[in-house]
Amino acid sequence: MARALSPRRRLLTTIAAWFVALLIFFPVLWMLITSFKTEASAVASPPELFSADWTFENYTEVWARSDYPRFFWNSVVISIGSTLLGLAIAIPAAWSMAFVPTKRTKDLLMWMLSTKMMPAVAVMIPLYLVFQRVGLFDTKIGLVLALMLMNLPIIVWMLYTYFREIPGEILEAARMDGASLWNEIVYVLTPMAVPGIASTLLLNVILAWNEAFWTITLTTTKAAPLSAFIASFSAPQGLFYAKLSAASTMAIAPILILGWFSQKQLVRGLTFGAVK
Amino acid sequence: MGKITLRNVAKRFGEVAVIPDINLDIEDGEFVVFVGPSGCGKSTLLRLIAGLEDVSDGTIEIDGVNATDLPPAKRGLAMVFQSYALYPHMTVRKNIAFPLKMAGLDPAEIERKVDGAAKVLNLSNYLERRPGQLSGGQRQRVAIGRAIVREPKAFLFDEPLSNLDAALRVNMRIEISELHQTLKTTMIYVTHDQVEAMTMADKIVVLNAGRIEQVGSPLELYRRPANLFVAGFIGSPKMNFIEGSEAKLHNAATIGIRPEHIDLSTSAGTWKGTVGMSEHLGSDTFMRVTVEGLGMLTVRASGEVSVQQGDTVWLTPQDGKLHHFDANGKSLA
Amino acid sequence: MSTQSTRLAARLMVAPSVILLFIWMIVPLAMTLYFSFRLYRLLSPERTGWVGFNNYIWFLNSPDFWLAIWNTLALVGGVLVITVVLGTLVALLIDQPVKGQGVLRILVIAPFFVMPPVAASIWENLFMHPQNGLFAAISRGFGAQPILFLEQHPMPSVIAIVAWEWLPFATLILLTALQSLSSEQIEAAEMDGASAFSRFRYIILPHLTRAITAVILIQTIFLLGIFGEIYTTTQGGPGSASTTLPYMIFKQAIVAKDIGRAAAGGIIAVILANIVAVFLMRGLGKNLDA
Repeated sequence: MARALSPRRRLLTTIAAWFVALLIFFPVLWMLITSFKTEASAVASPPELFSADWTFENYTEVWARSDYPRFFWNSVVISIGSTLLGLAIAIPAAWSMAFVPTKRTKDLLMWMLSTKMMPAVAVMIPLYLVFQRVGLFDTKIGLVLALMLMNLPIIVWMLYTYFREIPGEILEAARMDGASLWNEIVYVLTPMAVPGIASTLLLNVILAWNEAFWTITLTTTKAAPLSAFIASFSAPQGLFYAKLSAASTMAIAPILILGWFSQKQLVRGLTFGAVK
Repeated sequence: MGKITLRNVAKRFGEVAVIPDINLDIEDGEFVVFVGPSGCGKSTLLRLIAGLEDVSDGTIEIDGVNATDLPPAKRGLAMVFQSYALYPHMTVRKNIAFPLKMAGLDPAEIERKVDGAAKVLNLSNYLERRPGQLSGGQRQRVAIGRAIVREPKAFLFDEPLSNLDAALRVNMRIEISELHQTLKTTMIYVTHDQVEAMTMADKIVVLNAGRIEQVGSPLELYRRPANLFVAGFIGSPKMNFIEGSEAKLHNAATIGIRPEHIDLSTSAGTWKGTVGMSEHLGSDTFMRVTVEGLGMLTVRASGEVSVQQGDTVWLTPQDGKLHHFDANGKSLA
Repeated sequence: MSTQSTRLAARLMVAPSVILLFIWMIVPLAMTLYFSFRLYRLLSPERTGWVGFNNYIWFLNSPDFWLAIWNTLALVGGVLVITVVLGTLVALLIDQPVKGQGVLRILVIAPFFVMPPVAASIWENLFMHPQNGLFAAISRGFGAQPILFLEQHPMPSVIAIVAWEWLPFATLILLTALQSLSSEQIEAAEMDGASAFSRFRYIILPHLTRAITAVILIQTIFLLGIFGEIYTTTQGGPGSASTTLPYMIFKQAIVAKDIGRAAAGGIIAVILANIVAVFLMRGLGKNLDA
């Protein structure tokens, strides 16, 4: 509903919007700035917006002191793996809920969402024990499964709301054209739903990347992703602000960049059925 | 071949019987139109034949083979949907080729058939476009193209023209009729528009509340409607119905007379009335005439008629054009 | 509207999701339920046995329990109110035809991409730290004593951090909803003489109802389990001032190493979450024609 404004109103609105946006963004910006300061200038009083002697040293030191590539790779595998697996299971489910709804479809969906309301802490010990017992503890497969199941309700819901916008007649046309159910989903539904699927994929990669409870609880070293990297980093190092900022930047940069580049696709399907 | 036989077909959604019990024979090569008001079950009936819904009772035979439990793909029928239901992510070529690809034909064969269909339908220049870049009429033709390449036993059309504007509708009506002339394949066409039914059909099936009211050729239905519903539904403007003492004079509960079968005079006639609102179309004039004791009658006069609102006129039903109905609405032959 | 075979196929295709989620839910839940009636302390593993409802009684009588419930609700409610109200305002603002809309959106959604431990540590160290934080420096600049955010106002501080993390999500959904509102509606209201406020109150807000509903539903799901931010910043303290129900359970399990009591707390949390869920879905479910 963008509408024309008078030039003066437009200028004022632009200033206000930029002010608010920068305010929201500022903590990230400040972290970024701090990561390039020396430790001394990071805690200088009054604070320096731009340090005179900015440095890459924090990054090189963090890199040298930790096995960043391994954490990073684990994060990639876990977040993308769990999301793809989730999509593979959720697409058929969302197909049936959207195109063959029953009286209980809505209840089923709400039940799925309600499984996410169970506080993770409440079931931490049992899951820890189960994962130990079945050999999934500190494995990438274990985390892929855990995060897939955590996000499955969200994936199903997003796809469901997106599929519902696709006219059922098109799927029926495919059926008349001799497509099997598999072909109907592969050749007709999925390509048509690409924007929604892309958006679902992005959101869930982000959620999985940022998950910091199970990833820390269910790993020690081998499968630990960046959430564990940052947790391990901030604990013993104490208050080395510049290095902490550098490590933080390294932990969030990949997903931040991905998110920025794909924000259009992300936003397009991020409606949860709230936009008609 | 495309002979379709429905025996005691019923469809219930839960407690609601949308179609209580239907028997119908559709001969090979016939153009059959299902017509009726919205909610009469005509689309449901078509979907039952297509296999998109399953019947609650009864059997559907296609070419003598029981197809009741066959999935849509196995019935050898093609369907054109109201919304066209084109695949938006595929080019016109891929849309038309899709059923052939699903049937596992080899690419050269598919290419040949698609090009052939495109030529017939004047789509050759649009094959690489997406449906979104086409006009309504072109989309309609793509949908038809997708149907004809499969060389189905019968075509099913579900209100295919309702999304087109009036002028295009007339053109497409003619195109579909010509297609039927060329292919001589059975076509089943669903519409709520009795003009489409009258102009296209070999056989019209009038449906009301899930029941067949009458089956017949367009002119049969026009000349000898089986009951009040068909009499009122077929023909435009609607047939005038007269009840009460005037009907009793003709030994009927209701008598009906079409607007075009009433002669108008300013001097003498059977019924005396006062002219109300008139619609002047140039070729015809439709008048609403209030006749004492009978109510409002619509009269169709050819050309321009020089009567004004408020004038007194006499109306005379033409000989042998009066329809008689009993108390149940059935026609008294 | 479909055939029996499609309906059967549909049931088969929804089955994997349902079965997996059911196992994912029921196995840990059953084990938690079992532990909750057991004596199970990691520090004295030789003492085991059934203890009836003792773990529950301990948990419910613990002085921290009601505080933790209150803190949990305050966290969820506080973050919801802040994100929905501010999210609506921000969405309205960046929906205006301003210069650099694309970049604005990138700036506004950035916090959503920041993982919770990082978000918490940025706020704790770079901003709220009583000596080195930016806020302390600003206070000193005005000649005032630095505010001890996490020490004296732990819950509001945690709420602020979490709200910052979730503000972009709310803003994005509300913005998408806002952009789907036809300008004709607004223009019609203008023609009818509606003031800016009336236009917001009677046209825009009703249009946003569904989006707000979705925001509340999704955020509640995530907020009920908030743990990492508290763990990183206040560790539930000072004392128990910022202990939420999840954190209280965590303390029992990891600090006190009493699995039985933690499990009882877990079951209580699950029951409460379900009460909230039923309440939410009843209240919001019909609004959200999902």
